[in-house]
Amino acid sequence: MLDLVVKDNLKLNDQYFLLILSGNKALPNMLPGQFVEVRVDNTPNAFLRRPISINFIDYQRNELWLLIQIVGEGTRKLSEIKSNDILNLLLPLGNSFTIPNRHNINVLLVGGGVGIAPLLYLGYKLQEKGVNCHFLLGGRSKDNLLQLKQFSEYGKVYTTTEDGTHGEKGFVTNHSVLSTKFDFIYTCGPTLMMKAVANFAKQNNIECEVSLENTMACGFGACLCCVTDSIDGHVCVCTEGPVFNISKLKW
Amino acid sequence: MVDLRVKLGRMELKNPVMTASGTFGYGTEYKDYVDLSRIGGIVVKGTTLRDRQGNAYPRMAETPSGMLNAVGLQNKGVDYFIDSIYPTIKNYDTSIFVNVSGSTIDDYIITAEKLNDLDKIPGIELNISCPNVKEGGMAFGTSCLSASQVVKAVRSVYKKELMVKLSPNVTDISEIALAVEAEGADSISLINTLLGMAINAEKRKPLLSTITGGLSGPAVKPIALRMVWQVANAVKVPVVGMGGIMNATDAIEFMLAGASAIQIGTANFIDPFVSEKVLVGIEDYLIRHKLSSVNELIGALEI
Repeated sequence: MLDLVVKDNLKLNDQYFLLILSGNKALPNMLPGQFVEVRVDNTPNAFLRRPISINFIDYQRNELWLLIQIVGEGTRKLSEIKSNDILNLLLPLGNSFTIPNRHNINVLLVGGGVGIAPLLYLGYKLQEKGVNCHFLLGGRSKDNLLQLKQFSEYGKVYTTTEDGTHGEKGFVTNHSVLSTKFDFIYTCGPTLMMKAVANFAKQNNIECEVSLENTMACGFGACLCCVTDSIDGHVCVCTEGPVFNISKLKW
Repeated sequence: MVDLRVKLGRMELKNPVMTASGTFGYGTEYKDYVDLSRIGGIVVKGTTLRDRQGNAYPRMAETPSGMLNAVGLQNKGVDYFIDSIYPTIKNYDTSIFVNVSGSTIDDYIITAEKLNDLDKIPGIELNISCPNVKEGGMAFGTSCLSASQVVKAVRSVYKKELMVKLSPNVTDISEIALAVEAEGADSISLINTLLGMAINAEKRKPLLSTITGGLSGPAVKPIALRMVWQVANAVKVPVVGMGGIMNATDAIEFMLAGASAIQIGTANFIDPFVSEKVLVGIEDYLIRHKLSSVNELIGALEI
């Protein structure tokens, strides 16, 4: 458990904000795909911590970034947090994405909505390994496409919007970049999108990892609330995941 | 130095702070956060005769100052516990209780019999109050007759500390407490969760796959406190109080109402360090009030 100081709370648009947190001590080692549990203070309606995936870590500046969508009272309270406020976090939690051992391979990172959050740090780590990243980011409209500039630092960025306001019109699974040959696919976003991506990966025999989201009470395997159905039965998304190889899921 | 030891039926706890079943895993989930040897007792996850996958997702809904759960006793069964979990936890320097649940009286008997042979398990907590299973569970704990029958049956095979966990989903909890005491319960723990429900109005759907679930957290504390007070006044055996304890003050309130020990449940999810903090807070309270033993708090409510 760690108290971190809010360095900045950047409002990206009406729905999304980016918290930049820092602390007096060096941040612990965190892996792409892991998440934190944030305590929301001063509201009885957000009694439990909020699981938020790690968007980025800048070890040089000792910064942890959390990209958050306002979906309810808990995230709304967090969106009102000010610079120099203190946030209490449990971290790092969960497993992480697999970083392939091979260089010069093509990987596809497919994100939808706020599901793009863990893909930024993953892209950074992949690029560091010499892997060629292709980010395919989808949203309802251009307002749902976030951090495009940051993503472009680690690879090629492709976009889709349902209303055609940015990139190709339609869903990520219809994008023309999918005709490229990929060696690995990572995805995070709405379940329907991830299932479609997983399906594409299966049909094309490409290894694929998904990052699942679930309501959690604890985040560390004690409450057994956040289960998903896997080939091994009900498993906790917080400890067995949040990252799953699609071969483990009953999708 | 204050004396924190409390008597619980046929055994003694090093202090009154326990952790509640279903909120503390097998202790191992918390060993990075808590010095387990500081805790008075751990009640491990509800254990049944056979493997249970639990209920479908979603199993949890947050509610004001609390949460509903419908986990449904997911566990790998008592044999798995004995073979694979017990060896990894038996040397924890605290009293480990196994929470036992079943669909039939025979399930309870066989499970309890198997656990009776484990040296480092000084007691079981008989769960006749789980609201999230279709058969058994709470059904046993909501009538005096069935509560008596299951306690009597288990008592005949289980020779160590038998703590019986009561359901608050009854008209008169004292009656049930008296019934289980009469059949040989060594101690009584309460309350299990309150049956509740949550709805998503926009979607016109229940928030839990099971529609109803068990409510816990500070939202239930006043009810729990009242029931602990009622039961402690009705029975002679020690009472273990729980329901929405978030800090030392809450714990002390339960002891003043008559609890010999307390269990911390939902609070563990929000603050995994909370059990140790509660213990420190109780010590501070005793020193501040110039009390030499925590036993001086039990039932010390002034009316």
